[in-house]
This record gives sequence, structure tokens and C-alpha cells, in this order.
Amino acid sequence: MSEEKVPIYIKKELYERLKKHVKESGGFESIEEFVEFVLNEVLEEEEEEEVYSPEEEEEIKRRLRSLGYL
Amino acid sequence: MISRPHGGRLVNRVLASKRRERILEEVDEFERLNIDQGRAFDAENIAYGVYSPLEGFMLEEEFLSVLDDMRLPNDLPWTIPIVLDIDEKTAARIEPGDDVMLYYEDIPVAVLHVEEIYVYDKERFARCVFKTTDLAHPGVAKVFSMGKYLIGGRVDLINDPPNPFERYTLRPVETRVLFRERGWKTVVGFQTRNVPHLGHEYLQKSALVFVDGLFINPVIGRKKRGDFRDDVILSAYEVLLRNYYPRESAVLSIVRYEMRYAGPREAIHHAIMRKNFGCTHFIVGRDHAGVGNYYGPYEAQEIFKEFPDLGITPLFFREFFYCRKCGAIVNERVCPHDESFRLRFSGTKIREMIRSGKTPPPEFMRPEVAEAIFQFENPFVE
Ligand SMILES: [Zn+2]
Repeated sequence: MSEEKVPIYIKKELYERLKKHVKESGGFESIEEFVEFVLNEVLEEEEEEEVYSPEEEEEIKRRLRSLGYL
Repeated sequence: MISRPHGGRLVNRVLASKRRERILEEVDEFERLNIDQGRAFDAENIAYGVYSPLEGFMLEEEFLSVLDDMRLPNDLPWTIPIVLDIDEKTAARIEPGDDVMLYYEDIPVAVLHVEEIYVYDKERFARCVFKTTDLAHPGVAKVFSMGKYLIGGRVDLINDPPNPFERYTLRPVETRVLFRERGWKTVVGFQTRNVPHLGHEYLQKSALVFVDGLFINPVIGRKKRGDFRDDVILSAYEVLLRNYYPRESAVLSIVRYEMRYAGPREAIHHAIMRKNFGCTHFIVGRDHAGVGNYYGPYEAQEIFKEFPDLGITPLFFREFFYCRKCGAIVNERVCPHDESFRLRFSGTKIREMIRSGKTPPPEFMRPEVAEAIFQFENPFVE
């Protein structure tokens, strides 16, 4: 995985709240680490877990149709 | 959105066709290990992701963590050991690092990549999982009949164990596509190993009022003498669904699995399996996965308190019954009348009626369902 970083701008007030949260909750080394963790979690949650290709999905639907499920 | 798989990723350890062919060509070169039906079903469930995140039979660290903490070493809830036992003679000819071919009924079912062979304490196994060491408990008896060692490691599925119910078998990848295609955002799973009476129907329909879809998922596997046969259960459900459920609200498909009769612990396991099929909710009724009087009637509901991070929402129900005063199927949450008005659903009573050729009353069982059962010359396991 690439370790190259890019800057992102967020509101100062939010930054201060994050700083306070990270300091009080422990667990995270830095605000950056905390933000990366949270964003990763959100993205994983969003991404529909697709373990198959479009062709495989068609195959699945074909079987479901042939058995009367769809 | 339907439930994410347990541990975040649906496991797939079904060998792709090319590698499978290559392995089958040299199948005789593998060390051979015969396994029973329950272990063959476990291998199948691992491979198709029903047991996600498990990728194989448990190593000692996982096994002990499940016994003591009801969690995998990474803290993910897991209550039933998924283990493969071998006897001393077999242990002597297998080493960590070996690839072993698992055979069921003379069919090569899976390759086991052996990582560990370890001894275990049967009494501790039984006490932790079944809360008893009484050999009259079928799960305990099973543990004490197992070999001295456990053998752990990943599996790759080569062949499905023989399946007379292919037509009713959907894998988690398939149910997930199905639920999505039906537009279901919330799906409630129902575990069963019986023909449906009206108590079951009301349980399912009470849950269905609040969610988009119902996933009826009978367990097919080793049965006791006098149980209803698998084909009878499926036929009875087909008829019930056709006559009494909106076509768009319910799905019937099976899971092949050996019941452990571990009551509360097994209820958690049943919920995890249904989470992997894509369910967001799971019905837990009275004495779920229990046997005899080893567990309290609602103990299997109480255990869910210990797993706020399970990732599937249990729906708890008190037992349903027919109340003559209410003139309806109700439970103690909604009916104030005393026992003299109440007709309790009893599996035993229904079995006795059917055995003697009597049609159960319509307050007990839908006439179409009874009729479907009577189509079979002998609906019971011999
Ligand atoms: Zn009543």
C-alpha cells in the first residue's frame, strides 16, 4: 500500500474537538491516525461486499431464476 | 442494506475448477481421512462462507478461546467449536504441514491443510459448551465419542457432500443477491427442524410485520428416530408458503448442519450463520436449540445480552398458543386468560396424531399442511 500522504482541510473547530477526543480517549497516537481509522471504517461500511464478478452475479441470478426464487 | 458477513468478509474456500481438476488427478497421493456427515457439512459450511470468518477447522488457540470466552482470539463472537477429531492411530501418520484429503461416503470432499494437531479436554469441552457432562445429552455423548486429538487447518472444498436437496440449497452469495434483488433491506431468519404448526406461522408472521422479508432456513442433517423426515418438512413448508404467505415476503432454503443441542450457545451460532446468509434479524423463541431440561425455557434469549456486537438483531418471542376466549393465536404478552382457555402447541402431540392417522385440528395445523404430510407413506425417520 502506498504511504504517500495528501493534506485535507477541515474546520478549525472540528479539529480542536478531534484533538480533545483523541487526547481523552487514548487508543490513538494522533489525530491523523484517528481520522484515517474512522474514514476507513465508514468506507468499508459503505462498500457493498462484492466477492464475485458481474459474470458470476449473472450466473447466480440465472440459478435463482431457474429455481423460481426470482 | 443487508447484513455484512460476520468478520466483514464472506469466506470462499470452494476450489476453482482448474485447481480442483489438478488435485483430483493426484487424489490418491493424499493421506486419506474419513469424516462423518456432521464434519462434511462443517467443511461445506466453511467453504461457502456460512461460518465466515472461519476458513478451516479450529486451531487450539481458537478452540480454547471459544470455550472460555465465547469469542475468537480477535474478539469476534463465536460460541460453538468447529473442530475435527482424529484417533491416536491417525494422529501418528499425519503431521502439521501435510495436506490431507477428507472423505465422506467415499467421496473426496475437501483438502485439509494441516496446521496443528492437539489434545483437548473432553470434559471441559462438554461443560463449557453444553453446561453439563451428562452422557444422556446428545451433544455431550458426541464429544465423548470423539477421537483423542483435534486437527486444525484451512480447508478447500473439492466436492459438495452428496445432496438430495440441491434444489433447496442456496449459498450465502446466492441469498445475498436474492435479498438485494427482492429489494429487502431487513430480513429475519427463522431456524427450524420441524413441520410448521400455527405457532411457528404466527411467530414468523409477527416478525414479518416489522421487516421486509422472511428467510425460512430449515436445518437438514442427522435426525433422531421419530423426527419428521427432511423431505416431509420441506414439502410441508412449500404448501404452507404457497397457501398462506405473500410470495414476495418469504424465501425457503435449507442449510446442512449437525445440530449440537447446545441451547443458548447454539442460538448465537444459529444467528451468526443467518447473518452470513444476509439476515439482519433472527427469531429466538422458547427453548431454542435445547434438548431435555438442560436449559431454561428462555435462557437462549438471555445469552444475547452478552453479545451487543453480534451484528444481527435477535427478536425474542414468548411461546404462542391458541386461546379459546381470545379466539386467536396469541401469547402471554397479549392474552390475559387463564390456562383453561389455552391450547398449547405440542410437537409431540402433533406427531402422535399424525402417527395414528388423525388430522390435527385447524387451530393447530393448516389442513393443507396436514394433507401434505399424509401424502408420505411414513413421514418419520425410522
Ligand atoms: Zn386469551
